[in-house]
Amino acid sequence: MEDICISNLSKSFGHKKVLQHLNLTINSGEISCIMAPSGAGKTTLLRIIMGLEKMDSGCITGQKGKRFSAVFQEERLCEHMTAIENIRLVTPCLTAETVRQEMEKLGLRDCVKQPVSELSGGMRRRVSILRALLAEYDILCLDEPFQGLDDICKEQILAYVKQKTIGKTVLFVTHDEKEAVQLKAKVICL
Amino acid sequence: MRQHKEKREIRFWAVLFWLIAWQLSSMWIDSDILLVSPIKVFFRLSQLVRTIAFWGTVFFTLLRIAFGFLLAVLVGSVLAGMSSRYHRIYELMAPLVLTVKSVPVASFIILALIWFSSRNLSILISFLMVLPIIYTNVLGGIRSVDKALLEMAEVFRISRLHVVRFIYLPQIMPFFYSACSVSLGLAWKAGVAAEVIGIPKGSIGERLQQAKVYLDTPDLFAWTFVIVLMSLAFEKLILAIVKKCAAWCITVREKHI
Repeated sequence: MEDICISNLSKSFGHKKVLQHLNLTINSGEISCIMAPSGAGKTTLLRIIMGLEKMDSGCITGQKGKRFSAVFQEERLCEHMTAIENIRLVTPCLTAETVRQEMEKLGLRDCVKQPVSELSGGMRRRVSILRALLAEYDILCLDEPFQGLDDICKEQILAYVKQKTIGKTVLFVTHDEKEAVQLKAKVICL
Repeated sequence: MRQHKEKREIRFWAVLFWLIAWQLSSMWIDSDILLVSPIKVFFRLSQLVRTIAFWGTVFFTLLRIAFGFLLAVLVGSVLAGMSSRYHRIYELMAPLVLTVKSVPVASFIILALIWFSSRNLSILISFLMVLPIIYTNVLGGIRSVDKALLEMAEVFRISRLHVVRFIYLPQIMPFFYSACSVSLGLAWKAGVAAEVIGIPKGSIGERLQQAKVYLDTPDLFAWTFVIVLMSLAFEKLILAIVKKCAAWCITVREKHI
């Protein structure tokens, strides 16, 4: 799979210039960690790559026609649906049993059939991470996926993410350098 | 929806209190023309229900108002969907909906009587009364859909059918339910009012008009009671169907996804 090449990318919201003449290459088949201070345009960059936002100028190659999966800053779960239903909504090819087994690995065994509206913040986070990892994709975008998780839980999920993303193209936005080290990600500073 | 149910709860003792108050008032006034007693209304009603003509009259009105209501639900929902998708249709609909909302129902009835026969007048009037309510509410429901969820669906390539069923419908259903709840009573009131003015043969409106002409207050009350009963039964039935459909659309069985 070809690399994602971003050249001369600029994006503004009104008068606020968020990204200016950005040039970078995201290697396929590896985890790239984008680090920058708050408000530097990390999320905007992910949204532009995923096609959710239009850039003002510049060019991106290597992402067209690719299947994306994502963990957004918010969980973006269907509140009336259970945890397993939320995951199966985006993973129609997987059997319920497979999804259940994967949920157990992330400590979600007891909330399989619980509506996500009744889950704790940490559990909702884990459901949204699992949903992104189990969906079929070419490029995985993780926008501060571990926020709100305690250290023990974060360790467990980092190990799971690392195992599940071997050989995959992953764009990972975080403030925590430790997370990037643990995922052996290539760090890109904006 | 639960709140709605609680609000509509009617206690037996309260009904009994008002019936007794009505009975005492009619005894005090002592004139059947001015205020007939509930007992006399009950006897008149029991006489009416034993005739075939009564049931013919009931079905005549019921079918027309129900048809007008259902047609408005269908057309209103489709137009709301199209308006949310195409801004030009929204712009086109805006003055029309405002006009239908603002013009007095009597003007529509008289205009319709000039254009058409009175036989199917209640279909048109109940349709016109329900259409803007359904249209406005369904459109509001569509517009309230969480854009973040739609983005999620786009990223994960969730099928259009699943987006409608699992993202749009749960958001729209409370709006649709409340629109149906409000417009059902209105459809009956406006539909019967149209029949009273148009006097189509064999309708409840015609019977009410006759009761007025002959100062037949027991008949007036009996037919009014029938209208209230039919309106309530129709409302309960439609809202139960809407709830059932909503539950079916929203409830996800694992095999469905």
